[in-house]
Amino acid sequence: MAMRIKKNIALSESGFIFHPSTGDSYSVNPIGLEILNLMKAGQSSEEIKAHMLEHYRVDGDSFEKDFYDFQVMLRTYKLVEDHE
Amino acid sequence: MQKKAYERPVIQRVQTGITSKVGAQYGNRPVTDIDGVPVKQLIERYGSPVFVLSERKIRQNLEAANRAFKTRYPKVQFAWSYKTNYLNAVCRAFHQAGSWAEVVSRFEYEKALKNGVPGPKILFNGPDKTDEDLRLAIQHDSPIHIDHLDELYRLHAIADEVDHKPRVAIRINMDTGVYPMWDRFGFNYENGQAWDALNKIMTMGKLELIGLHTHIGTYMMSASAYHIAATKMADLALGLRNRYGKVVTYIDMGGGFASHNTLKGSYLKGADAVPSMDDYAEAIASALLSAGFNQDELPWLYLETGRALIDDAGFLLGTVISNKRLSDGRKATIMDFGVNILFTSFWYDHKISPAQDSSSYAEDSVLYGPLCMNIDVVREHVTLPPLHAGDQVVVHYVGAYNITQSMQFITLRPAVVMIDHKGTPHLIKQVESLETLERGEVTPDYLNEIGL
Amino acid sequence: MSKPRYTIAVTGLNAIDSPGPGMAVIRGLRDAESFDVRIIGLSYENLEPGIYMHDLVDKTYQVPYPSEGQEVLLNRLEYIHRQEQLDFLYPNFDAELFNFIKLEGVLAQKGIRMVLPTVDQFEARHKINLYKYGKEHGILVPRAEMVFSPADIARVIGSFEFPVVVKGKYYDTGIAYNLQQAQQHFHKISAKWGLPILIQAFVHGTEVNVCAIGDGKGTTLGAVPMRKLYITDKGKAWAGITLDDENLLEITQRVIGATHWRGPLELEFMKTTEDAYYLLEINPRFPAWCYLTVGAGQNQIESLVNLAMGKEVQPFDSYEVGKLFIRYSEDMIVNISEFEQISTTGEL
Repeated sequence: MAMRIKKNIALSESGFIFHPSTGDSYSVNPIGLEILNLMKAGQSSEEIKAHMLEHYRVDGDSFEKDFYDFQVMLRTYKLVEDHE
Repeated sequence: MQKKAYERPVIQRVQTGITSKVGAQYGNRPVTDIDGVPVKQLIERYGSPVFVLSERKIRQNLEAANRAFKTRYPKVQFAWSYKTNYLNAVCRAFHQAGSWAEVVSRFEYEKALKNGVPGPKILFNGPDKTDEDLRLAIQHDSPIHIDHLDELYRLHAIADEVDHKPRVAIRINMDTGVYPMWDRFGFNYENGQAWDALNKIMTMGKLELIGLHTHIGTYMMSASAYHIAATKMADLALGLRNRYGKVVTYIDMGGGFASHNTLKGSYLKGADAVPSMDDYAEAIASALLSAGFNQDELPWLYLETGRALIDDAGFLLGTVISNKRLSDGRKATIMDFGVNILFTSFWYDHKISPAQDSSSYAEDSVLYGPLCMNIDVVREHVTLPPLHAGDQVVVHYVGAYNITQSMQFITLRPAVVMIDHKGTPHLIKQVESLETLERGEVTPDYLNEIGL
Repeated sequence: MSKPRYTIAVTGLNAIDSPGPGMAVIRGLRDAESFDVRIIGLSYENLEPGIYMHDLVDKTYQVPYPSEGQEVLLNRLEYIHRQEQLDFLYPNFDAELFNFIKLEGVLAQKGIRMVLPTVDQFEARHKINLYKYGKEHGILVPRAEMVFSPADIARVIGSFEFPVVVKGKYYDTGIAYNLQQAQQHFHKISAKWGLPILIQAFVHGTEVNVCAIGDGKGTTLGAVPMRKLYITDKGKAWAGITLDDENLLEITQRVIGATHWRGPLELEFMKTTEDAYYLLEINPRFPAWCYLTVGAGQNQIESLVNLAMGKEVQPFDSYEVGKLFIRYSEDMIVNISEFEQISTTGEL
């Protein structure tokens, strides 16, 4: 199951995100940006988790908790599609 | 392949108008050790949270204060304010470096005696001294600073019973241009109460008046208030000389010098806004030197500085318990230390540093303590790099009042460690246990069996 | 003869409806005849219009809020100095001045000059000290009493005539026509700005202001009086006109002479119908309308830079009376990439 970033949302390399339908801007840290790019590429949550565990010094539980919180914020900011 | 360092993914709305990022990049330098001892190691050895005091810093502060005053005034004596931090190791460090003791209660007085301070070098302040306390102080020949008329009359009565004259000073309060005025302690200068008390002492002749004491307030942001206070004290001292030919040994200017903490609601950082020790010294010394004392009758200047000498020597090390997301989207971080051991978080915005390397990306959050109580807020708003459960932080400027005012509420009080000038940590107070908490409790027999 | 070229950093780029003085100061610098400039904007927030006005500001760096402390500010200024080699810096906000005054010595060693009042001058002119200040220097200041509780107001109010002005320590003012109103203002203002609150005698009249500069030795290097012609609902001048008023100039010289004021200042007066001048406030910086001094023939902004550079600066002895300033606003068109850049890198 993949959470989808809204199509009209552009991610810049600096971690700056502009939401064209609300006018709000967001910033993400480098890890957040990497995750968003993976989401944008259509990867599922499981794939993203596997990718992160492979590349970063973090255990599965810790990442899952942080990832969950990150997704909550993406939903709060309405950056993802409502229907998955 | 070497794995990369992990950090929590963070997304934040870009505040139009507000950018905290640039400032935060410089403000959140990690503090990984205290006087060369790694934070990690201290927590491993003594538990988390733990108070850490730097003896090096304590001695440097006292030295700097001595230098500030002694380069401007020839006769200066510091007395360590016990209530600020009365752990014996701390008191003894101050005494070893030349400080006398300043106490405001019976148990503090006894502590000072036990720490080996000679009676004449213990200044006894405060509004609550019983007859027994007074007798004890007289027996050890300690200067007694009289707070109110009732105390003065009781001292007159006790003086008749003892074989030597009690040595006393009176506490003076006054208008120094800083409000609200601390007029609840001592005798007022402006309305004549002070002279009234002095006249009583001088005409009765039962007490030996050796000094004048004042303490104009706490966390004084203005050095000029001390100039006014010292001028008024000198005026009283010279008045005694003129009226009675009485030369007092000392003028005690009390304490109240500010530390580097940032008071809540203050726009500027505390460290930037408060006067320096040199400013305070200049204000007081210039007032005394220009007051018109005969060179050979210049009074000693006593100082009871507490906070300014120890606040920045104290650190609280703690650990993140959990991160939470509040209903309004704000980030909340729960620490393992709360307001019961960090009492000063009620009036300071304490500076808090991460204790491990972290990115420059900062996020806003609320810092909560571990108590199951809504009031347990350490910082209402703080910008820190993303912290994970288990990460450690250092709270700065906590050496004054926190250890003496902390209480066992829901959690017990932590260990206190002092790092000596060579960088060796010493446990100076053990972490508390249920036993500590229940000491002194008595359960009536009929409650022995509860039958559940 | 070729002119020197200075790199000058300026804060207060918030040219909004309650504007900071930065853009006016920059225009004064660009009009300077004795030197050329490269202007470095220093911004606190990412929507300060000056950041995006590239014809006036060559490059902008974000700086930390004053509440972040001097050390953080110094670090940032050192970084900016490495990129730009600053010659001079013009702080323009009340709230930041204290930090800059404290850093003056350190920055001067690095070659960044400023012309600022001393800490003592800065503190003495503070609202809560002004009455005393006026008494010491023989200048009329509306009588004021500090109060710490609503009961205090009841105690002092008898010595005032209604209405009275109720003032906060830093900002906010209310006018009260009876004790109850004064106490209401007290609660409202003290909740926001803390204690003390000032109870001040209300002075009827016309508000007149002076923009002036002092050399720190008692000499007034320039002074231009102005009356506001139109005031916005925020109380800011939207138009004003220079005045011929010897009394105002004389009082200004007295203030600067007595205090040895160093740097720019704005004096706010209330001129009564009996032609008495009550000093209401001393702002320790240029006002947002300071470009009017340039228009009236006194480029005070240029003078202070030359003073800092050790040049001989002659005091201005005249200005054009009857010059107006009329403020205007316009909408700039800005690409989001610029907003992104200042928001993420802190530079544009």
